[in-house]
Parts: sequence; structure tokens; C-alpha cells
Amino acid sequence: MNKIWLVTQREYLTRVKNKTFILTTLLTPLGILVFMAAVVLVMSTGSDKAKVINVYDPSNLLENELKTRDNLTFQFSNQSISAQKEIYKENKINGILEIPALTDSLATSYVYKYHSDDQLAMDESYAIEAAIEKKIRDFKLKKLHIDVNTLKNLDTDVSVDPVTILEDKKISSITTIVSSVLGGIVGYAMFFIILFYGMQVMRSVMEEKINRIVEVLISSVKPFELMMGKVIGVGLVGLTQIGIWIVLMPIIYFIGAALFGINPGSLSDMHSINVPVDDIALSSQDKIGQIFIEITSMNWYKILPLTLFYFLAGYFAYSALFAAIGSAVGEDINDASSLTLPVMMPLMFSMYIGFSAVNAPDSSLAVWSSMIPLLSSIVMPVRLPFDPPWWQIMVSVVSLIIFTIFLVWVAGRIYRVGILMYGKKASFKELSKWIFYKG
Amino acid sequence: MNVLSLHNVVKAYANHVAVNDVSFDVKKGSIFGLLGPNGAGKTSLIRIITTITAADSGQVFLNGEPLNRLHPNEIGYMPEERGLYKKMKVGEQLLYLAQLKGLSSRDAKIKLKAWLEKFEILSWWDKKVADLSKGMSQKVQFVATVVHDPSLIILDEPFSGLDPINTNLIKDEIYQLKQKGASILFSTHRMEQVEEICEDIVLINKGKILLYGGVGKIKNDFKEHLFSVKYEGKLPETITNHEYQIVSNIGNEIIFKGEKGQSSNDLLRGLIRNNINIVSYNEIMPSLNEIFIKIVESSNE
Repeated sequence: MNKIWLVTQREYLTRVKNKTFILTTLLTPLGILVFMAAVVLVMSTGSDKAKVINVYDPSNLLENELKTRDNLTFQFSNQSISAQKEIYKENKINGILEIPALTDSLATSYVYKYHSDDQLAMDESYAIEAAIEKKIRDFKLKKLHIDVNTLKNLDTDVSVDPVTILEDKKISSITTIVSSVLGGIVGYAMFFIILFYGMQVMRSVMEEKINRIVEVLISSVKPFELMMGKVIGVGLVGLTQIGIWIVLMPIIYFIGAALFGINPGSLSDMHSINVPVDDIALSSQDKIGQIFIEITSMNWYKILPLTLFYFLAGYFAYSALFAAIGSAVGEDINDASSLTLPVMMPLMFSMYIGFSAVNAPDSSLAVWSSMIPLLSSIVMPVRLPFDPPWWQIMVSVVSLIIFTIFLVWVAGRIYRVGILMYGKKASFKELSKWIFYKG
Repeated sequence: MNVLSLHNVVKAYANHVAVNDVSFDVKKGSIFGLLGPNGAGKTSLIRIITTITAADSGQVFLNGEPLNRLHPNEIGYMPEERGLYKKMKVGEQLLYLAQLKGLSSRDAKIKLKAWLEKFEILSWWDKKVADLSKGMSQKVQFVATVVHDPSLIILDEPFSGLDPINTNLIKDEIYQLKQKGASILFSTHRMEQVEEICEDIVLINKGKILLYGGVGKIKNDFKEHLFSVKYEGKLPETITNHEYQIVSNIGNEIIFKGEKGQSSNDLLRGLIRNNINIVSYNEIMPSLNEIFIKIVESSNE
């Protein structure tokens, strides 16, 4: 046991102290932040030069509605269009927006003119159109003698809510959406984490074999101890990295927000420039609130430990298999790809089943594969937010534990023979023979 | 007292028998040569002794006890194909390997520093292995093999790739370790080194023992009673005509074959009687190399 711990320590420390690890761990959240900042920046700087637009609006339709923004100034002017064009020629303004008085009250489309040789930026024309649309809407409401409250009553938000018959639990359509998103994210993350760190285990095994240090090592440690130390060490590196990201993401996010003056809400703001907050927006805000309520009301005491269990069991099973494959590879690193395929298959397969389980968590495919070891380590976590029955969880957990122990044993048998075999890569037939080699 | 005893060890793989009923003893504090051509089963045998693999049948005793899980800590093994972690620093790497052999991190550090000091390579502590030359990393590997004061040190071709200076350095270390009571099992097919260093040898081919015993005794067993005489002046005709089976007569040296029962003193007396001016006289002993080739070839037939 003591020797497993020594191997674990080495695997962990050499990785964590590695410059590449430190850089990727620290730079990934930073990279995401920079990316987000870039998106915000690109979207908010439609026009970097200060723009002045004259608005010819004799009927005062847009009064108080067009607001001057960062680099965009609206000037209301009742000079004739031709007079304003003279001002344009003197380069004092960038364009003239012509808003004639409304006459036809019931038209469904209006065209307004913007006099300029340059085009308006997307967000600029969007803002202007939105302002005019709102005014015309008000104008039409008045003309048609429609009360705003009457109109509000016309808006209906329909949702079909599931109600349980036998079980006593509260579910709503929002529950389904939240569970789907949560399940999808978990399934995807599990797939990548298991794959990424499993491959690291494999590469580490291959490195020791090709380096020829492995013979020195196994004259001191049992091959199984070496393999387990490696699997645990790399797994701890994974947990460390994910842990650092979980802590770092919000910190960097807020530091960045303070530094660049990015309002965390500004991304969503972009779409609602000058658009009045109407009832639809209100109800979507309601929904966000409801989503938060759903998220907090989920049975996290059940979901979190179980997800962690599935992650660990899945990681152990797959990375042990990757270790066995790493040991079977000859001197050529390129041999690895054909040998990894059979391990990749259940992994990919379970991810796709996981995606379909998001839509149909109780389909027989989802239910069965959430109880079949190797598949279950990804499919079951996807189903967990949908609150699957306890008996299925129990079957799944027990079978996964048994199968993982079995797989680690098999992998250890292959590994023990494989690391001492040089020459060409082994075939699967040979691998299966190695399992039964004695001594 | 034997540090290592093998009794009827057998190890078979799918399509061949790698070790076939091998028994020998390594005396405490001796340097023992494990010889054999490529593919003879040396590595299989070493892997059994280092507990990397287990024998199918037969027994192995280390210091009188049957091999067990704690024994790897008493063995230092330097395989022929050497390797170190390229990206790790020398110091870290040696500490790790020493701790795997059961040393505490404190003891390991003290001993390692002493060894590196001895080899005048303490300044390499923070160097990465990738930056070392082949000879340099071989020294590091040697330190890793002996740092935990093993009672049995197994060296597989320890001098391959070393220049004469480093070869001598390692050779001196081997003698010093022997002086301190360690036993060395030395596997090679470089016969001149075996002759120089080893006290006892075992020669195996195709998994079987062909020869086993002290180097002097083996040479004696294989000697062909050839004697070389260097002389001055003229070779008396009595010598060329009588008694002596002359094998060669080149320059001022004759080589002749004596009868089995005759002692070298008798032969010398006979020569003097024949009035020859002897400059030097000695019995020609076969080199291990000759014995090796002879035995292996005849066993392959």
C-alpha cells in the first residue's frame, strides 16, 4: 500500500508541477474570459467613431424614445431635409433620419429613409427600428381604441405540466428542461474527463515502457501497485484541475468584469437595446426565477454523491483499460490508436445514449444502459436529475462496482505481462491469453 | 553462507522453456558471473530472482529464506536496457527510486548525497535526465541500483556503453561493494570482464546449465596441457625429435602438449635436461571466451 502511495505521489507531483499543466489550468478560465470579453467587445463596438445622426421628425414621433448612446448621438432638427443635406456635406453629421408624420394608421409595414453615404451598423438600425416600432404600436393602439390592459389579457402562456399519479412528488415542465440541460452537461463533461485522463494514464504507461524504466520499477513494486498508483495519481490530477477551475472561474470572471468594465449582463442586454420591457420579457424573467427554484429544489444530496461515484467508478474502469492498452503497445506510439478503439467504443456509445436519455430518460434503452456497467457510468448520471427509481440506482451501482473491480483485475493481469513485452504490438488474442498467464 | 540459492528452477512460456531445471548458489560476498549467449534465459532467470515473475517450479532462497514480498528491498537490479524518466530531475528521480526500495525520504537523501558526492556528480541533482549524456545517466542508474545497500546486486551488462574511465570507476565500486559484504550477480557475455572480476560462474544455454563452478577450476578442467616456452639461441634437436608433441614453433617460442599425468615441474625438468636456454615457461590456460564458444557450440549441435 505504501508503494502505491509513492507511485501516486510521483504521478501527481510531476504532473502538477509541470509547466504545461500549470499553464492550461490557469489559462483555460482566462482564455474563456478573454473570449467572452472579445465577444462583448466586438458586439458593443459596432461603431468606434463618434457618430452624429440628425433626426427630422416634425410630428415628434420619436421624442424621448431615441436615446443617445456611447458613440451615437441623435440630434432632433426640424430644418428641411435639403438644408440638412448641406450640413451633411460639411461633414458635421453622419446622416439624416427622416421620420414623416404617421398617416396610414393600419399599415403593417413602414419604410423610413436614412440619408447617408455610409450604412448604419446593425445594432444602430436595430435600435432605431425598435424605437419606431414601439411608437407605431402605441399609435395604433390609440387609433384602434385598444386598452393596454385588454391587450395584456390576450397574451397567454401555456405549458403542459406533468402531475404524478402514484408517487408524491412535484414536477413541472421546467423540471424537465432543467433536468435535460443538467443531464446533458454532466454526460458531456463525464465523457471528456474520462477520455482525457484515461488517455493520460495510457500515455504514462507507454512512456515508462518505451523508456525502459519499467523493469527497474517492477523490481521494486508489484506491477499492479504501479498501475493503481498511476491511475489514482492521474485521477487526483484531474480532480485538482477541475477543482481549481471551479474556484477560479468566478474569481477571474469578477476580476475581469471589474477590470474591463464588462457588465456580466451586457451580453443579454445587447439584444434588448431600447426594446421596451414588455410582458413577454417579464414572463421570461419569471422563468429564470423558476429555473433557479427548480435547481435548488433538486435532490442534490442524492445527485452529487452519486455523480461523483459514477465518475470515479467510470474513471477507474476506463483508465485501467487504457493502462492495459498502453502496456500492450510495442515501441511505436502510433500502434495505440487501433488498440484504443474497442475502449473508445463503449465510451462514445454511452455518450450518445446519454444524449438520447436527455430526451427520453425512461426509454428502455436509457433504463437498461444505465444499469449495464461501463455504459452506466455516463448514462446514469444523465438520468439522475430525472429522479430514476431507487432499485435501478442500486442495481446500477452494485453492478458497476463489481464490474469495475473485475476490469481493474483483468487490466492488471494484462498490464503485468504487457509492460515486459517488447517488439510488435500485441493482438487482442494475445491480450486475452495474458490474462491467464501464471506468475 | 549463500546469499542466493536456486533449486531446480523451471520457467516455461507458451512455446519454449526459458529456464530448465537450474540450480546454483551465490556465495555471500562474492562476484558471480551469469553467462550465456543471447536468448539463453539469463533475463528470465534474473526476473525470477528479482520477483518480477515467478518460477513455475523450483525454489529460490535469498539469505536462506524463500523469496517473499519484502525481498525486492534487499536486491538492487540494473537491467541491460536502462531507462530513467527523461523529464524528471536527477535528484527527484533517485529519491523516488530509493523510496520505492523502502528507504525513508530522509535516509534516501543522505545516502544519495553521499553517493553523488563520491561520483562527483552532486551538481547534477537539479539537472533533468534528458540533459545528461549516456555515460552520465549510467552513473545515475548505478547509484539508483545500490543506494539502498542491497545484499544482492544484479548487474546486467553494466559496462555496455561506458568509456574506459567510467568502466574502471564502476569496476572499483563493484569491488568496494563486495568488500563491504555485498554479493554481485553479474550477467554478461563479455568474457574478458568475467575472467577479471568473477570468482564463480554459471554458464547457461537454452535454459540449461552447461557449466558451473569457480573460474580457476573451470579453466583447469578445460586446459589442454599446452605449454609455451620462450628460449634463446638454438632449439636443441632432442626436443624436436623426442618426447614432445610440438604444436607450434614460431620465432623463439615453442608450444607443446604435455601428457595428462605429467606435472609442469616434470616437464620443465625435462626441458632443462635437453639443454635449452629458457627465457620463460608457462602453461597455457584456456580463456573463458574459448571455453564459452566451445561449450555453447557443442551444446547447440
